[in-house]
Amino acid sequence: MADISLKGVVKRYGRTEVVHGIDLDIAHNEFVVLVGPSGCGKSTTLRMIAGLEDISDGAISIGPRVVNDLPPRKRNISMVFQNYALYPHMTVRENLGFGLKIAKQSPAEIARRVDEAAEILGLGALMERTPAELSGGQRQRVAMGRAIVRHPEAFLFDEPLSNLDAKLRVQMRTEIKKLHRTVKTTVVYVTHDQVEAMTLADRIVVMKDGHIEQVGTPMEVFDHPVNTFVASFIGSPPMNLLPARISDGQVVFAGGTGLPVPTRLADRVRDGQEVTFGLRPDDLTPQGHGIARGGERAQLTLEVGLSELLGTETILYTRIGDQEVQGKMFGPRDVAAGERLTFDVALDRAHLFDTVTGRSVRRL
Amino acid sequence: MTDRRPPFWQREKYTPYLLLLPAVLTILFVVLLPLIFSLYTSFTGYRLIRPESLWQWVGLRNYERIFGDRDFWVAFGRTVIFLTIALNLEFLLGLGIALLINKITWGQRTLRTIMMFPMMFSPILVGYQFKFVFNDNIGILNNALQALGLSDGAIPWLVDKYLANFAIIFAEVWMSTSVFAILLLAGLFAMPRDPLEAAKVDGCNAWQVFRHITLPFLMPFVFIAMTIRSLDVARAYDIVDVMTGGGPAGRTELLWTLIARVGYDNARMGQANAMAYVSIVLSIAFTYYFFTKLMAARRYMGGAD
Repeated sequence: MADISLKGVVKRYGRTEVVHGIDLDIAHNEFVVLVGPSGCGKSTTLRMIAGLEDISDGAISIGPRVVNDLPPRKRNISMVFQNYALYPHMTVRENLGFGLKIAKQSPAEIARRVDEAAEILGLGALMERTPAELSGGQRQRVAMGRAIVRHPEAFLFDEPLSNLDAKLRVQMRTEIKKLHRTVKTTVVYVTHDQVEAMTLADRIVVMKDGHIEQVGTPMEVFDHPVNTFVASFIGSPPMNLLPARISDGQVVFAGGTGLPVPTRLADRVRDGQEVTFGLRPDDLTPQGHGIARGGERAQLTLEVGLSELLGTETILYTRIGDQEVQGKMFGPRDVAAGERLTFDVALDRAHLFDTVTGRSVRRL
Repeated sequence: MTDRRPPFWQREKYTPYLLLLPAVLTILFVVLLPLIFSLYTSFTGYRLIRPESLWQWVGLRNYERIFGDRDFWVAFGRTVIFLTIALNLEFLLGLGIALLINKITWGQRTLRTIMMFPMMFSPILVGYQFKFVFNDNIGILNNALQALGLSDGAIPWLVDKYLANFAIIFAEVWMSTSVFAILLLAGLFAMPRDPLEAAKVDGCNAWQVFRHITLPFLMPFVFIAMTIRSLDVARAYDIVDVMTGGGPAGRTELLWTLIARVGYDNARMGQANAMAYVSIVLSIAFTYYFFTKLMAARRYMGGAD
């Protein structure tokens, strides 16, 4: 159980640099999720922490030790892999105890810790089976068990749920959350699924193209994305991003429709500035079908095209100017295609990004 | 429409048997009949030079003789030792070669092809090749040793009791190590990377990863190679016959060189066939052993990924 710190960590394969100088401090017992699209360098970063990839530049320390030159076995970390990576020729019990056996623990101690892990993960009935006889979810549970028996300084998860079906994924997500509560340890968790990131993380690290885009709690990242990438990546359905121009205290979209500049951002933009207006579907709701919440509002009357009924809410596809946008209708009723509705726009929750830099205009 | 049934060879339920008939007949004439004939002769005093002796039934006398025949049991024991040493050497060398080739990043296919060259030669020619390498007068080995000043006499590679056996094993290993190398390399190529990394994180050093993860994964491939090679070596004849002919004075006599001598040189075919049947028990025993091991090792490999 220790903090992990990355200072200017770079990874190069030959001449290709894939991770460009990452700085990150992970606190003791913190659950940090690295999230980003494929190829963003999140797995590489995790593998550098594990010691499975060399660090081209910079320094990684676990606790007080700089571990750059330590092989994985000396870093006292556990890792859970996407493909479970169980040892196929060993039973579940042997899989769980393998690390302890290598560490030359006494058989009694191994048995005690293996049973403890089996108890936490509900593996009791499976102990004498081989991985070939287990389902995907069971295998992943064994992989997690193998990680916790060693009482490591940190857990590293490399997309552990992406091979499971949707229902099992939700279930295992909850189990991982519970596990972290039971076994207090630093966790670094890599995923490309922003829902996993939101639900599990104490802090989210959003990565893209080998850079960290934003670090923050799930709420910070969701409510205050620093740029258009984070804004569109976090949240489902994704935030509507509309090109616009500031003119006379108005955000004017292509096609002439306009909305007032949100008051809290009024002094951050100048007349004639090209901006991208960001608005989550949750904040574009037909009147009477929004989330009751005070704050600055504006109204727009829009023609609804397609609508997708989800039960507790309906996703409405409509257009502002010539831009396709999505809105949400809470407490839904049937909406006919072509129906014109008056929408509330929650201006206090809207975002403005500079079109040139892609960065939020708010004070960072 | 008449209710006449078609002739039996046109009826559907006989079709499979009809189609199998050529294969069954071939096996019957090519394999089964000779086998039965040779089994029969092992109970007779059949000599090739006296055809009428084929009808001379002697019961178990040939087998009783074998059990009292010291030469046979020496050859039997030597074959077992030969097999054990050759298979283990081939396994270790093949494993080493496979691990090295698995590490290199280019030229793997080329090397794999080059490795197969020894397997492409006829064993008889390999025997001649090594006969000339190890010849005490004109062999290049002695010449090289003398030229380098490492030896001043002619080392009797194919005459000395131990050296002659060593020379034969060397030839056998030279020719067939690639069987192991190629099969184990295929195993290494098929090996998933994740368990290796998991083992590293779990605290294993390189040797422990190899010992606990890589080797168990390779064992099915090892047993396949062992099965093939144990059959091969248990019937070793060609290389031995060319290099030493089982001699000198029976010092390199293996089961099949002995059997060939008894059967063809001494013309006692009945006796030779009895020996052959006892020898086959050895082959079956080794094959059965390795096959059981293979089945056991294969059972869990379904969970490798």
